[in-house]
Parts: sequence; C-alpha cells; structure tokens
Amino acid sequence: MNKVDRDRSRRRLAVDRLMYFLCFLCVLIAVVPLLSVLYYVAASSLAIINFSFLTGLPRPPDEYGGIGNAMQGTFIVVATASLIGLPIGVFAGIYLAEYGNNRIGGSIRFVADILAGVPSIVVGLFAYSFIVLAMKRFSALAGGVALAAIMIPIVARTTEESVKLVPNTLREAALALGITKWRTALYVAVSTARSGILTGIMLSIARISGETAPLLFTAFGNRYWAVGIDQPVETLPVRIFNYAIAPYDRWHAEALGAAFLLIILMLAINLLVRFAVRGRYSPTR
Amino acid sequence: MGFGDLVFESVAAGFAFCIIALLILIAYELIAKSALSIDKFGWIFLISTTWDPVHEIFGALPFIFGTVVSSILALIIAVPLSLGVAIFLSEMAPSSVRFPISSLVELLAAVPSVIYGLWGIFVMAPILRIHVQPTLAKTLGFLPLFQGPMHGVGMLAGGVILAVMILPTISSISREVLRAVPDVQREAALALGATRWEAVRISVLSYARSGIIGAVILGLGRALGETMAVTMVIGNRPEISASLFALAHTMAAVIANEFAEATYDLYLSALTEIGFLLLLVTCFVLTIGRLLVWRIVRVPKGVTL
Repeated sequence: MNKVDRDRSRRRLAVDRLMYFLCFLCVLIAVVPLLSVLYYVAASSLAIINFSFLTGLPRPPDEYGGIGNAMQGTFIVVATASLIGLPIGVFAGIYLAEYGNNRIGGSIRFVADILAGVPSIVVGLFAYSFIVLAMKRFSALAGGVALAAIMIPIVARTTEESVKLVPNTLREAALALGITKWRTALYVAVSTARSGILTGIMLSIARISGETAPLLFTAFGNRYWAVGIDQPVETLPVRIFNYAIAPYDRWHAEALGAAFLLIILMLAINLLVRFAVRGRYSPTR
Repeated sequence: MGFGDLVFESVAAGFAFCIIALLILIAYELIAKSALSIDKFGWIFLISTTWDPVHEIFGALPFIFGTVVSSILALIIAVPLSLGVAIFLSEMAPSSVRFPISSLVELLAAVPSVIYGLWGIFVMAPILRIHVQPTLAKTLGFLPLFQGPMHGVGMLAGGVILAVMILPTISSISREVLRAVPDVQREAALALGATRWEAVRISVLSYARSGIIGAVILGLGRALGETMAVTMVIGNRPEISASLFALAHTMAAVIANEFAEATYDLYLSALTEIGFLLLLVTCFVLTIGRLLVWRIVRVPKGVTL
C-alpha cells in the first residue's frame, strides 16, 4: 500500500466515524426538547398540585382555582368520542383486514390514511358546522364528534394491522373445522389480535385526550361543572391554552399543573402499551 | 355464503364506508359553509393581503405565506436531524439501544400540541430572544431574514416548534423505509470494501430515496395543519415580512384564534374557506407522500400518525 492509498483509506475511515458521530448527535438533539418539556412541566407544576387544585372550579386570577371541571369535561368528551368512534373504527379495521384485500379495501385504506392526516382544526370546523350550527349551541357532543372523526382512522388502521398479523393457518384451521367465515373472523382472528387492537384503542384515546384545536369552538369551555352532553364543557387542553395565553401568573401556574396531569396521562398510556401490552400480534414494535 | 356471513360482512363494510363518507362529509360541509366568502371574493381571496374584520374585507395571503414559510423552516431544521436519527437507528445503533431510543423519539409525537405551545411560550421563546436571535443577527444580520426587533416569538419560533413536532413523523417513517431496503444492498457495498457510512450513502440511501422524500412530504403535511403550538408562539399578526424575527400568522392559527369570536356570517365563511384550503392542500400533500412511501414499504400505522 503506498502513501496515497493509505491517506485515502484513513480519510474514508475518518468520514465514517464523523458520520456515526453526527447521526448520534442528531439523536441527542432530537430528545432534548422532550426532556426539556418533561422537566419544565414537572418542575414548575409540583408546587401547585394538591387536592383543591384537582377537584376545584376555576377562580378569578387573584386566587388559585382548580381543574376539576376540566377533567370532568375531558372525560365526557373522550367518552362520547369513544362511544361513536370505537365501533366504527374497530369494525372498519376488521373489514379491511378480513375482506379488504381488493380495490375497495385499498381505497378505504387510502382514505383512512388521508383522514388521519387532516388537520385537527379542520375537523373542528366540520363538527362546528355539522353539530354546533344544527343544535345552535356549543356542546360536549360536538366536541365528541370532532374527536371521534380523529379517532376513527387511527383505530381502523391499527385494528387492521393487528388482525392481519394473525397467521392464516389459524383461520384455515377454523374454516377446516366447518366454522363459518364470520365466526372465524370474530372468534379466531379478532380474538387472537385483541391485545394489538387494545393497543390501538389506548393510543387513540391518548391522542384525542390532548387534542385542543377541534374543541375550541365545539366543546368551547365552561367555568362550572358540566350539566349535560348538549351543553358546553371545559376540557383540560382548552384550559391549558386559555390560561397559557392569559396575562396572569397564577393562571400560567395552573396551566402548567393541568399540563402535568395531561402529560402523565399521555406517558402512562404510551409506556403501558409499549412495555406491557406488547403482545405477539401488536402493531407497535 | 351463509346468512351470518352476509350480515357480518355488510355490517363491517358499512362501518368501513363510514370512513369515506366522513371525509366526503367534511369536505362538503366546508365547501357549503365557505360559499358566502367564495362568492364575494373569488380568487382575489388567495392573493389579497388585507385581513380586516371590522370593514368586512378578507384576504388570505398573509396566512398562506405564514403557513408555507413556517413549514419550510421546519423542514430545513427537521429533515437533516430526523434523517440522522433514522440512519442511526436503522444502520448504526447496536440493537440493544434501538428500542429505548426509538421509544424516546416517538414519545415526542405523543406530547400534545398545546403542551409544546406552553413550553414554547415559557422556555423556548426566551431562549430564542436572549441567545439565538442576537447570535443570528450578529453573524448573519446582513441578510434581511435576520433583521428587525427580536421578540422571541415570531416566524422563527413557529418554525422551530414545528420542527420539533414533525421530527418523530419523518424519522419513524424514514426508519421504516430504510428497514425495507434489502440487506443484499448493504452487503454488496460492504463486500466491495465500502465503509459502513459509504454503504449507507451509496446503496441504502439511493435505494430508499423516493421513500425518504415521501416521509419528508408526510412531515410537511403534518406541519401545514399543526395549530396549537404554532398559534401560541408565532405572534399572530397577519403581515408579510422578509424577516424571520417578525411576528406572523398561519392558516390554522387564524381559525383557532378568531373562529369562536367571529360575529357575522361572512367572517365565519372566510375562516371556513381558509380551513377548506388547508384541507385541500393537506390532502394533496399527503396523497403524494403516501404514494411515494408505499412504493418502498407499507408503513404500519400506530404510534406516529
């Protein structure tokens, strides 16, 4: 090996190491915002979280209030969305997995992916003109419909992926025993894939619990306890938004407290499905 | 086919068609409700810079400008970083650290937008104002991009926060694309004496190119429609300025800010038309991105959407 060759191979190795280092640096930079968000929200909210904060009603900016009604409202809106969205999403996913291996299935799959990418604020506009205008007032129901529209494509695609992971030999075994196709789909394929389906459902619930934009002019907001599904309700994300942009320090602190709860909920669901429900037929890897 | 089969398949198909019906319904509602504004302003709506609710004059150009510029800025920041993450996770990292690192990166996507906004207001914007913007003004201040008063919030803050939010999207889809590159590609390059990086550059990245472009476009689709975090840090002023330090506004942000307070039908209609434009653009962008990615790999849906 002469000197030129040696220099060149040394340079190539140096480039190789440099790129390894740069890619690793990218990973470090990428996780800085996550750690910073978690640290900031946790560190600045611990002082404010106590019983009256968790159960109380909002107060004027010169005294500390609570987020009880916001938690109640988030629960109502997410439950409404789940009641509407889960049956549609799960059955659509089963259809895509078991009967969707054709052009119709392909187009539904495609539309589901597009729908999952539609900006959530646009979904809010839809729920406004579809429900709020018809009922002539902001309501928890309208918020639930908006969140359901966000939830459906997510649940449909994760359900599909989970059911598809069930090996065909299981279906064939059932069919060979003379079990009808629909019973096979439901009691063999879907039942085997249930931990994966559950994962998708949990992740979609985590996702919609933090959605703010579609609730701004559907569920709107409410300073008091929710009284009905046809009335405006307060939700955690909307409270965080309104308090964060208000000019009062106390409200900023309360926004951080509410954000802490929301982040805990989000992390708990995500870590749970990542480490606990990681079954054989689960779409998250 | 038995009766039970027929019933089950029809029920499942009915629910599946709900998805198509839903997208059509969303588009229909938005067109119907923006008719008033479309009739009144026509194409001028897209190029007019005046947004004056008091005098009932509406033009969307400042918002379109803000959405486009903040998204491009986000791509400029996020694309190299997310490709680095994807390459590290798929080609370089020892397998024992892959799962923890990819989990961390994907948790970025799980944090709600409004919490990024909160962090943007109280942590990121002050850092930008005190450290980043003075440095940029000092070193690159001869460019019109980095001139003017420094508020912390503004176009630059909007772009940075969008970059944080689309990074997990681009990196996890790119990673799926890289994973779909056949091992023989890498082995062929390594067998010819390429270093690990040369194998990645020559045989992996070139094979995966269209899929990676697709991943970037899907990230763009997410950036265009992102609302809460952006509206909290971009300053919400409908002006077109050459400087990245200036306050700006986006299409999604103006809907979030003004819709609940819009007092008359034309105002609501103009905001809905902006929403409809946003729907059209994102559908178009997502379709292209999806098709490019599908040429390489069927992306399993799940954590990152």
